[in-house]
Amino acid sequence: MDSRIALVLKLVALAGLLAFPVFGSPFYVEMLAKILVLAIFAMSLDLLVGFTGLVSLGHAAFFGVAAYAVALLTPKYDPASLWLALPLSVLGAAAAAFVIGLFVLRSKGIYFIMVTLAFAQMAYYVFHDTALGGGSDGIYLNFKPDASIAGWAPFSLDEPMHLYYFIVFAMVAVFVFLTLVLRSPFGKVLVGIRSNEHRMQSLGYATFRYKLAAFTLSGALAGVAGFLYAVLFGFVTPEYLSWHQSGNVLMMVILGGMGNLAGAVIGAFAFVGLQEFFAGMTKHWQLLMGGVIVLAVLFLPGGLAALPRRIAAAREARRAALPPDAPPPAARKAAAPATPPAPPMIGKMKQGVNHV
Amino acid sequence: MDLVTFLIQILNALQYGLLLFLVASGLTLVFGIMGIINLAHGSFYMVGAYMAFVLTGMTGNLMLTIALGIPLAFAFGALLEWLLFAHLYKRDHLEQVLLTYGLILIFEELRSLAVGDDVHGVAVPALFSASIPLSDTLSYPVYRIVISVVCLLLAGGLWWLMKRTRLGMMIRAGSHDRDMVQSLGIDINLLYRTVFALGVALAALAGMLAAPISSVYPGMGGSVLIISFVIVVIGGIGSVWGALVAALLIGFADTFGKVLLPEFAGLAVYLVMAAVLLWRPEGIFKKG
Repeated sequence: MDSRIALVLKLVALAGLLAFPVFGSPFYVEMLAKILVLAIFAMSLDLLVGFTGLVSLGHAAFFGVAAYAVALLTPKYDPASLWLALPLSVLGAAAAAFVIGLFVLRSKGIYFIMVTLAFAQMAYYVFHDTALGGGSDGIYLNFKPDASIAGWAPFSLDEPMHLYYFIVFAMVAVFVFLTLVLRSPFGKVLVGIRSNEHRMQSLGYATFRYKLAAFTLSGALAGVAGFLYAVLFGFVTPEYLSWHQSGNVLMMVILGGMGNLAGAVIGAFAFVGLQEFFAGMTKHWQLLMGGVIVLAVLFLPGGLAALPRRIAAAREARRAALPPDAPPPAARKAAAPATPPAPPMIGKMKQGVNHV
Repeated sequence: MDLVTFLIQILNALQYGLLLFLVASGLTLVFGIMGIINLAHGSFYMVGAYMAFVLTGMTGNLMLTIALGIPLAFAFGALLEWLLFAHLYKRDHLEQVLLTYGLILIFEELRSLAVGDDVHGVAVPALFSASIPLSDTLSYPVYRIVISVVCLLLAGGLWWLMKRTRLGMMIRAGSHDRDMVQSLGIDINLLYRTVFALGVALAALAGMLAAPISSVYPGMGGSVLIISFVIVVIGGIGSVWGALVAALLIGFADTFGKVLLPEFAGLAVYLVMAAVLLWRPEGIFKKG
């Protein structure tokens, strides 16, 4: 029942995305395209943070590596072939994630957060300090990749509308792909690792290999986002790999609620929306953004996604606070049988386990 | 590289490493004892440097500024702990990352609102503005040596505080078992507040000391933060001694990386980190 409603909502949202260019101005179409690319980025991180329980603060590295890959693969006076540039860029990001994963996955907890940050910073300096990608100035992507196959062009990324629909397609493809991955036995193992890695080990799973596979896959999908971002905006700078970028995407994942792919997409919308809203108010919009983040952590533990659950829990607590043997008022007596106390407790415990 | 240049680079590496130790020691204590990951720690360094710029403009003397700045930074740290960080001890790391990331944005914008986005210089105190001639053309500024000496004294002081005083004993005990220390009648909240404020004061002091040699610029907290993370990772979380060794290692790697491989200067530090992690995934001086 619930999942059917969710499916309908997703289809309605997809219809909205497909219909948007009909009545949205080019400016908003480009902004929506940007949000969708960031949604891919956020979903890729959610695979690590939300489903595998690995809080990475260096995810921008893989986004940036793929963005640089497409810029470097594009010849100076010709476009590169889309069918070559896309797989190679994604492969580059996956390779970077595999190598970095070999190092960082040896550590846990606070260490993991710091080490991922440090390795991403290392990748940042590779592009910032060396002449490889134009140094700190970045590099222009003069030609968007060419989609033609043996002379026949099904679409052209130079057309903003074609590019927009290509990005919508990519976002939906990544969403469906990750949904299938998470339903597979592999996905179940990842969620098992998040809940209790030791138990998974004692069940005989080589958890390091699973984590490395998840890290590499997540890096590859971040690469898809990086590729599209570079194609959309036509230039790449070291800032794509900066730790602010990693922080922002983590924020998107958390805003929408971790461990929920649709949540990551909503988080990307909410983050860019807040950013645009605050930037329209003042030059110092980061002050407001920071304030919202700090207040949200202090007063909304678990993020926006946990809000309904918290309200329900507060209601439950108020009901439990009534003395059990005192005769309850008639109105409450009538209400009590409608909500027996036991099932909500089970529900809460389940959610507690999921959250660990 | 001749001998004099080599000597100068060694002194530079020592000075840079020791300064980083001041920032990293506070970070590692807060990590190790309170279990908090604090991304905003670099901002305290930035706040210190800007405090040096603003207060020196008013008092005209960096030493007076430092004397004023340390208690100010300590009070600021205690206030922050009471307002925000005290609520984070029982939260997971992700929420700590979020809140402190939000704090960075706030601190940077407040700095921009209060002082603007220009790069500023701070004068070296007149007392230490001389240079020691090392050869006909090369000399070494006294102020850099003063920084090294001050940092070394502080490192010794920190060691003494942790190993030889009652407060240090309580701090070490608190890092092992928070509830046990509390049930022995020690006010753990006050203890944590003191440690946090001490970390803030050390980072701000590092910023104040560094202001005359590195100048004062927006975003200066970010780079120091990440280098300090690297130091804490290499040294082992919670180990002050590890932080000292790792900070010196990074000081040398960075300084000689710039001299020997200028093209890959920014990378040297991270290559050292990768090598150490291969050897010891939890740092050189992992606690217990």
